[in-house]
Amino acid sequence: MATAASVPAPRGIIRRPTATTGWLSWFTTIDHKKIGLLYGVSAFVFFIVGGVEALLIRAQLARPDNHLLNADQYNQIFTMHGLTMIFLFVMPMSAAFFNYFIPLMIGARDVAFPRLNAFSFWVFLFGGIFLYSSWFLGGAPNGGWFGYPPNSTTDPSIGMTFYAIGLIITGIASSAGAINLAVTVINMRAPGMTLFRMPVFVWMGLVVQFLLAFSLPIVTVALFEMLFDRRWQTHFFDPTAGGKPLLWQNLFWLFAHPEVYILILPAFGIISEILPVFSRKPLFGYQFVVFSGIAIGFIGFGVWAHHMFAVGLGPVANTAFGITTAIIAVPTGIKIFNWMGTMYGGDLHFDTPMLMAVGAVAMFVIGGLSGVTHAVVPSDYQQTDTYYVVAHFHYVLFGGAVFGLFGGMYYWWPKVFARMLNEPWGKVQFWLMLVGFNLTFGPMHILGLGGMIRREYTYPEGLGLTFWNQVSTVGAYLIALSVLVFIVNAIATQRKPKGLANDDPWDARTLEWTTSSPPPVYNFEEIPVVHSLDEFWHRKYAEDREGRLIRVPAGASDHAPADGHGGGHGIHLPSPSFWPLVASLGLPIIGYGVLYSWWLVAAGALVTIVGFMGWAMEPPVAD
Amino acid sequence: MDGAEKAGDTVTRTCAPGALSEGRGTVRTKRWLAFGLFAVTLLLVSCSKDLPQNTMDPAGPTAQTEKNLLVFVLIPAAIVFVLVEGGILLIGIRFRHRKGRDRMPAQLHGHSRLEIGWTIAPAVVLAVIMVPTVSTIWSLARQPADAMHITVEGYQWWWGFSYTDPDMQVAYGSHGPIMTADVMVIPTGRTIDLSLTSLGGGARSTDGQPDHMVIHSFWVPRLFGKQDVVPGQTNHIVFSADEPGDYWGQCAEFCGLQHGKMKLRVLALDAERWQQWVANEKQPGATPPPGSIAQQGMRFFLGTNGEGGQCIQCHAIGGTEAAGTAAPNLTHFAAPSHDCFAGCDFLTADQEALRAWLEDPDAVKLGAKMPDYGLTEAQIDALMAYLYSLK
Repeated sequence: MATAASVPAPRGIIRRPTATTGWLSWFTTIDHKKIGLLYGVSAFVFFIVGGVEALLIRAQLARPDNHLLNADQYNQIFTMHGLTMIFLFVMPMSAAFFNYFIPLMIGARDVAFPRLNAFSFWVFLFGGIFLYSSWFLGGAPNGGWFGYPPNSTTDPSIGMTFYAIGLIITGIASSAGAINLAVTVINMRAPGMTLFRMPVFVWMGLVVQFLLAFSLPIVTVALFEMLFDRRWQTHFFDPTAGGKPLLWQNLFWLFAHPEVYILILPAFGIISEILPVFSRKPLFGYQFVVFSGIAIGFIGFGVWAHHMFAVGLGPVANTAFGITTAIIAVPTGIKIFNWMGTMYGGDLHFDTPMLMAVGAVAMFVIGGLSGVTHAVVPSDYQQTDTYYVVAHFHYVLFGGAVFGLFGGMYYWWPKVFARMLNEPWGKVQFWLMLVGFNLTFGPMHILGLGGMIRREYTYPEGLGLTFWNQVSTVGAYLIALSVLVFIVNAIATQRKPKGLANDDPWDARTLEWTTSSPPPVYNFEEIPVVHSLDEFWHRKYAEDREGRLIRVPAGASDHAPADGHGGGHGIHLPSPSFWPLVASLGLPIIGYGVLYSWWLVAAGALVTIVGFMGWAMEPPVAD
Repeated sequence: MDGAEKAGDTVTRTCAPGALSEGRGTVRTKRWLAFGLFAVTLLLVSCSKDLPQNTMDPAGPTAQTEKNLLVFVLIPAAIVFVLVEGGILLIGIRFRHRKGRDRMPAQLHGHSRLEIGWTIAPAVVLAVIMVPTVSTIWSLARQPADAMHITVEGYQWWWGFSYTDPDMQVAYGSHGPIMTADVMVIPTGRTIDLSLTSLGGGARSTDGQPDHMVIHSFWVPRLFGKQDVVPGQTNHIVFSADEPGDYWGQCAEFCGLQHGKMKLRVLALDAERWQQWVANEKQPGATPPPGSIAQQGMRFFLGTNGEGGQCIQCHAIGGTEAAGTAAPNLTHFAAPSHDCFAGCDFLTADQEALRAWLEDPDAVKLGAKMPDYGLTEAQIDALMAYLYSLK
């Protein structure tokens, strides 16, 4: 503190807030755990909204020649369903888990840039609200989440302009978050936490941040070009003026295929944490799982044109991308086998987190296998743009990612809230969701092979596919019921008094369980010193020569967990701040300005600049 | 391997009644149940005769090749499915925690040789799969010199077809190609090379320039897999139909508001009926007898009586002044081959559908590019009489 006295302290524009409780603290918090919760709650709300959209889609398709929705409404709803589930649910829900648990799992007190973290969250939230405000301002995006021009650039409704601007805004959130978390993982690990002692969840987090950092700039360029085409009549994608419609597809999928891994790798990380804990065995082949995750990250940038096999790239490109698509199945398969190896010979406790994780593996396999059929290019000529593809990616992204994320919620709920979610109801949710999921998306394989195209707002009776559509609709409402069970379970759980009988209810393996539940603001009384992979487990157990476990007597370990109730005096943490909220508030204002008035652009820019100025001038702690 | 052969049999066999019941006795474990479900799924898809767009019921060599390749991949996929899902189930049951037994499992951290094995094995399987895949990519891309050529034009939201070979020119006017809309008529057994182009959005085009040129995808599932119709480039599909028949298809790439209703039919005719069709198509549109109500309709269509005349801004009728290119060519609107109109959304024979369409296109097909001209009942009667005379 001597240096602080000799250098003049920076003078803030307004006083830095200090409150860490109360409703206002949620707007000023820079604590990664609170931000994680904000991410989680917002993402879950968007999940409900996107789910309602899915139910509307299924209601419309429950009967042939249905008029529940007209073509215009249907196109907006399926577009918003995709955008919501990808950009406003799975991505921020993954960000919620990364935010909350990466610092805890690497033994850090917070992320590298706490205020940037808050900025990321608010920008994401405002981006989502901006997108949804389009419903009230002339119509939601209606060109699909893939937004292919020239349809998207010539559509007369305002929706696709909201799409371009909204995704640019949420992209800013993800970019900032990616840099923040990557720096956190690289720079802020506890002493002894080498890269290869990091939990797989942290590894997958790191890979995802790099995927985001490298892929988002590509789609941002494409989105700006779309915005220019729509708003200022440029001709990037306009074939009547020499533009190239396929330019968009290349740029978009060069982002959007890595995006698929951005969506699934967090769940892979969660599964890789849950399986060992509930099998009471270490992850089988840690290095293989980590390296296959990294390999997926790299190869994921080389398969984008498999979304474009039918656009006429020619046989050379189709051959090359068919082969890379087959190659990426290899590291994905490795993970599946290693997870099975983890379970093999274990002592499997089928609590809800484990059920969700095993369910995710089992469902993802189906999506992976149908994915391999897409690598078979000529067969893909038949399946692309049919419900077969819809089945495929829902098996991957719902079967894999959503089951995995729910597993993470059940697993870490006691850590975050110091309450256990009700187990029997958790199991009810799992089985309902598993059955509902398979009823919804299993028949879509048949629908697709039977000739039903994607994105058609209705189909004739003569197509002969009414029955399987009805099965699928019933399944969708079962999924809705399962989510309802979860919501009721969560509310009932939160009404119970706080407190866990045991701070380590699952007999877990990683550092986040060494601190109290919920963790104190500063995470760890003392920064832990790490000696091995699965550090916490090795503090509790030793292995004998045959690899059998021996419980380490309590207190015998020289690095016993700190209890976290010492008050944390003397731990330096930055104070909360208003500025990330202010800076992010300017971005949607700029967005509306692009749509309506240059004056609004100027006002929004001013807000953001003032926000960044205040941010830069702010002292590290409140005086 | 027994399973593999059986999978192959079950999948490729056509709709023999025994195919479904065969596996019943052998289904003992959950593995077999899962496998059986998978096979039944395939059977359901490949057998139903009531699925006009069934990719598993090919009616020509292109679709057949594509289906064969899928079945070829589904065999190893089915084996992996059974092994992995069965493995997960068995491991889950075998190693589940039992109450009262506090077992400490052996702490197995990995097994390098095993892991290298399950890295290489899938790679080998995938390599094998890719061999016929790659050769088929190239063989499907080949354009035989003796093929018949048809240009496919994608509009919002209907398909137009131009028969560009020299022997397919019409017998009147400037001897341009035979043109049809919504229904593509082909000779059975003849190899056909389609050139796919995307054209404008139709009636709202300004100053003759096509606008709203968007991406479509041309697909007739029982005949061929899809190829996108991309503005500014020409893609090709080479195919033929084995049997005469009426094959359903539709646009498969999202192309705007009525993407779901951009359908088509391919009518494959035997040699004799094909010759008749070509001979008829080469003729100009029928001229109604003087004094008939159809003749009033023709005059209204062309605007020769000082009223009407909007139709010819977009539509063409061979042998008349109507030469618009932004909307379907109506020269043989009521020919038996042209069994549907307006994106194959309505049956041509359905007079009420045509009446409703002429009254207000937007009301029966939201966003339809044909404007509502506020036609009177009498005008519609006359137009319908004329249109139905265009055999």
